[in-house]
Amino acid sequence: MKQVMDGNEAAALAAKLARVKVISAYPITPQTTVVEKLADYVSNGDLDAEFIKVESEHSAMSACIGAAATGVRTFTATSSQGLMLMSEMLYAAAGLRLPIVMTNANRSLSAPLSIWCDQQDSMAVRDSGWIQFYCENNQEILDTTLQAFKISQELLLPVMVCYDGYILSHTVEPVDCPEQTEVDAFLPKHNYPYSLDPEKPVSMGAVGVPEYYMEFRYLLQKAVRNSKSKIIEVDREFKKRFGRGYGIMEKYHSDDAEVIMLTMGSLSSSAKDLVDLLRKRGEKVGLVKLKSFRPFPNEEIVSALSHAKAVAVLEKDISLGHAGGLYLDTAASFVNIEHTPLMINFICGLGGRDVTSSQLEQAVREAKNAAETGKVGERVRWLGLQEKLVEEASG
Amino acid sequence: MKLKHGAVITEPGNSENYETGGWRTFKPVVDASKCTGCGICWMFCPEPAIKKGKPPVYNYKYCKGCGICANECPVKAITMKGRDEK
Repeated sequence: MKQVMDGNEAAALAAKLARVKVISAYPITPQTTVVEKLADYVSNGDLDAEFIKVESEHSAMSACIGAAATGVRTFTATSSQGLMLMSEMLYAAAGLRLPIVMTNANRSLSAPLSIWCDQQDSMAVRDSGWIQFYCENNQEILDTTLQAFKISQELLLPVMVCYDGYILSHTVEPVDCPEQTEVDAFLPKHNYPYSLDPEKPVSMGAVGVPEYYMEFRYLLQKAVRNSKSKIIEVDREFKKRFGRGYGIMEKYHSDDAEVIMLTMGSLSSSAKDLVDLLRKRGEKVGLVKLKSFRPFPNEEIVSALSHAKAVAVLEKDISLGHAGGLYLDTAASFVNIEHTPLMINFICGLGGRDVTSSQLEQAVREAKNAAETGKVGERVRWLGLQEKLVEEASG
Repeated sequence: MKLKHGAVITEPGNSENYETGGWRTFKPVVDASKCTGCGICWMFCPEPAIKKGKPPVYNYKYCKGCGICANECPVKAITMKGRDEK
């Protein structure tokens, strides 16, 4: 049944439909209403779960680790500084191979303090061993979160579902909500093989001495790399049951495109509109929307982009001192590949700056120009920057 | 040893499988003529590395070389020796 809801409610509803048993979270903008909604479900008796209130996100993730170790379905949500405060325990959750699902309403990082959207927060924890998905709209948030529970428990890997703060978290859209019975049929009973149980004692969090640590790291790397096939399999099954699928990436008029935009998250919707507009004018422009950032699908990225003359990698994050994370991983995927398109990185929308259609068009023009002249120039460019203010401050 | 997901240890009491003797830099050596067989070294040893006796018998597979036995010995019968020391 279709309901009108914002992105945060879609995330909360997915956790409810997955029948989570433990939620532990700390409020932080713009995620707060996810756990507010879940707290409502629990207190109203609509969801049979333990809601553990904690004093920080570090404790929230720690409580989730403990809960997941007892073998129950576990959920949390956060944003920005909260994710940063959790980061130590994110690595622990992945290293312990605990199935935990978290939604992250993407928000910028301080300083200067900003509550508005960009993707610097989740990008900063991309190396933690969590699977990372990025969603384009509220329907995708609900569907991806449901898929995340299945992927997480079958692979024993934590999964982070990211979506743009405010742009999705606080914007209402119609969302097709599956029935509880349908979700029950899709999501098998939670099963974790080493549940803490006095009858069958186990030790968790043992020291990884130099004789074994590398092997455990290798096994984790292998698990995250190999999760791609499970992600595709779960998405196919989801599509069969619910009629919606997303794949590991979406190609939008990109097969014959000369210039391709590469995006993650809600930016993809704006980019699709631009593709439609430019296609009407006869320009061969397309879009590749990446959904799975971890695992990073190198082969698929190469096969989706290598025929293009130029690729504009548009992203709301920056690895300070180098370039955007999506650009870096995309460029790295093309090492030792014969047909490599020109690639320009466009940093945009940081700290809630609107990314307008004209900015996207500018990126396409610049990429096209680079392809035509064969001159790339600056590889990392900032879209929508107030040049005058920057110059004055630098002078 | 079969590695489990997330380094979970499923067999309780398996620490014997980990031979901590590899950590040792200094090795305890007992002067049997001074030893009274009191058993204090055995009592204080944090690993299963000493068998009580006069003199005590060391299992160097587990002796980390921590030196607690030498420190506790009331008659100074135990000395910690480097690899090349006689």
